Amino acid sequence: MSERADMTRVQTRQQAAQRGQWRRLPLIENPRLRWGLAIGAVIYLVLALASVEVNWARVAEGAGRAVNFLGAFMQPDFISRYDDIVAGLLESLTMTLTSTVVGVLLAIPVGLGAARNISPLPIYFICRAIIAVSRTFQEIIIAILFVVMFGFGPLAGMITLAFATIGFMAKLLAEDIEDLDWRQVEAVRATGASWWQTMNHAVQPQVMPRLIGLSVYRLDINFRESSVIGIVGAGGIGATLNTSLSRYEYDTSAAILLIIIAIVLLCEYSSSHVRRWTQ
Amino acid sequence: MPVSTNSQGLPVWRRRTTRAQWLQYLAWLAGVSLFLLCWKMISDNTMWVFVEDAGRQGADLISRMTPPEWGYANVLWKPMWDTINIATLGTAIGIIMAFPVAFMAARNTTPHPLVRSAALMIIVSSRSINSLIWAMLLVTILGPGVLAGIIAIALRSIGFVGKLLYEAIEEIHPTPVEAISATGASRLQVMNYGVLPQIMPAFAGISVYRWDINIRESTVLGLVGAGGIGLQLNASINSLAWDQVSVIFIMIFATVLVSEWVSARVRHAII
Repeated sequence: MSERADMTRVQTRQQAAQRGQWRRLPLIENPRLRWGLAIGAVIYLVLALASVEVNWARVAEGAGRAVNFLGAFMQPDFISRYDDIVAGLLESLTMTLTSTVVGVLLAIPVGLGAARNISPLPIYFICRAIIAVSRTFQEIIIAILFVVMFGFGPLAGMITLAFATIGFMAKLLAEDIEDLDWRQVEAVRATGASWWQTMNHAVQPQVMPRLIGLSVYRLDINFRESSVIGIVGAGGIGATLNTSLSRYEYDTSAAILLIIIAIVLLCEYSSSHVRRWTQ
Repeated sequence: MPVSTNSQGLPVWRRRTTRAQWLQYLAWLAGVSLFLLCWKMISDNTMWVFVEDAGRQGADLISRMTPPEWGYANVLWKPMWDTINIATLGTAIGIIMAFPVAFMAARNTTPHPLVRSAALMIIVSSRSINSLIWAMLLVTILGPGVLAGIIAIALRSIGFVGKLLYEAIEEIHPTPVEAISATGASRLQVMNYGVLPQIMPAFAGISVYRWDINIRESTVLGLVGAGGIGLQLNASINSLAWDQVSVIFIMIFATVLVSEWVSARVRHAII
């Protein structure tokens, strides 16, 4: 929009304000787009709501269970399934740790390859394809495939989480490398450093703080994910939780959920510490 | 400066003091041992016979998945529509619920510190529980179907949208707020004219971003019975119809790519 049109618009708005008819600026400037979006949204809402089938009788029946469940949160039962909970948790935690370590180690070469400024075009495309595949599919879908390949148990879960970690870390690492301060790389190259030395002395110091922060963040995500991939047989606390829910043992499920929340809180708290310490 | 002397008594530069060097070795030792311990636990719980077989299984899986049974795609339009509805309606409900929570959680707009900690509690519990767990829970309460999926997505989105939004609210400029309250505006009017216009772009961006994530998540909710294309996926996997599974995968891949593109475009337009 030209400057003059802007000026006249400001003037008309001021005049309107003096007459006491001030209106705030709309979020979307173009009126046609604004109304088009609004009408489109209404049409979509009507269509979507019409296609949602709700079995109200079943909902009414479930209302009692909802009350039971909320009640169970007041009195979680950690004791009666203690062994199962501990075994599931240990499995989840070991999966989380190993998958994060393996995933980050594998993500570093992929991330280097996916950074446009330091890798040749064919490698760039291969690495970007790996990232796209790993990011599109939910962990649980990948877990289904790996369970078929590696059998039930935590190994399939670990490989799943490591695979998902590769996509996440490599994408962010590649973006970080693409934004890096190029002068330092040139300075190191000017000393006659090899590719390996350039990576080690010019690139690595610049991306390391962020890499550590992201790894800790990913550790946190992997723990959360490890609590669900058990549903399809990939080990961890998810299997225990799923069993307790389908047996309507809400007090045990409430206990497991509370433990998950507590561990995630702990992870978040320590990860914010680690990030402050590295940056 | 960490300096030590060599055999001739001359000072030598070193990167770390002896103490720091030892501490670093110990930290590495502890980390590596922890990793190996975890790895041992996993390997004890693994049937290695199956793993040796993995390559053959994988090849077998791929041969079963190709060629995809394209005709099956016709059955998938309705589930796909359901999936998109779950994500969109869930996001909408989640946003509506997250809005007041974010205002209560932000340090500068909260009515009372106690309310703030309650709101933070809501955000944390919603964030730490995966939408699949919410879905499992809601399927036992509401029965299987799209409704459980919508609410699961909504409950999961509250935490995410609430957290990013309250951080945005805490970062606003105080001057417009002061200007509005100097005119004698009520508390609600200050929110409406002082705070809201400042967070609107962030809010729109966060919502679209969450919608994009929700599209991904809603594709798998059907695995626990909460409607959408996941139901079809589950059925096909259980009947070992891997050529149908690959059609479903391709559809999910395409939908996610489109939603990611839309979300990137919208966010680009806003910022």
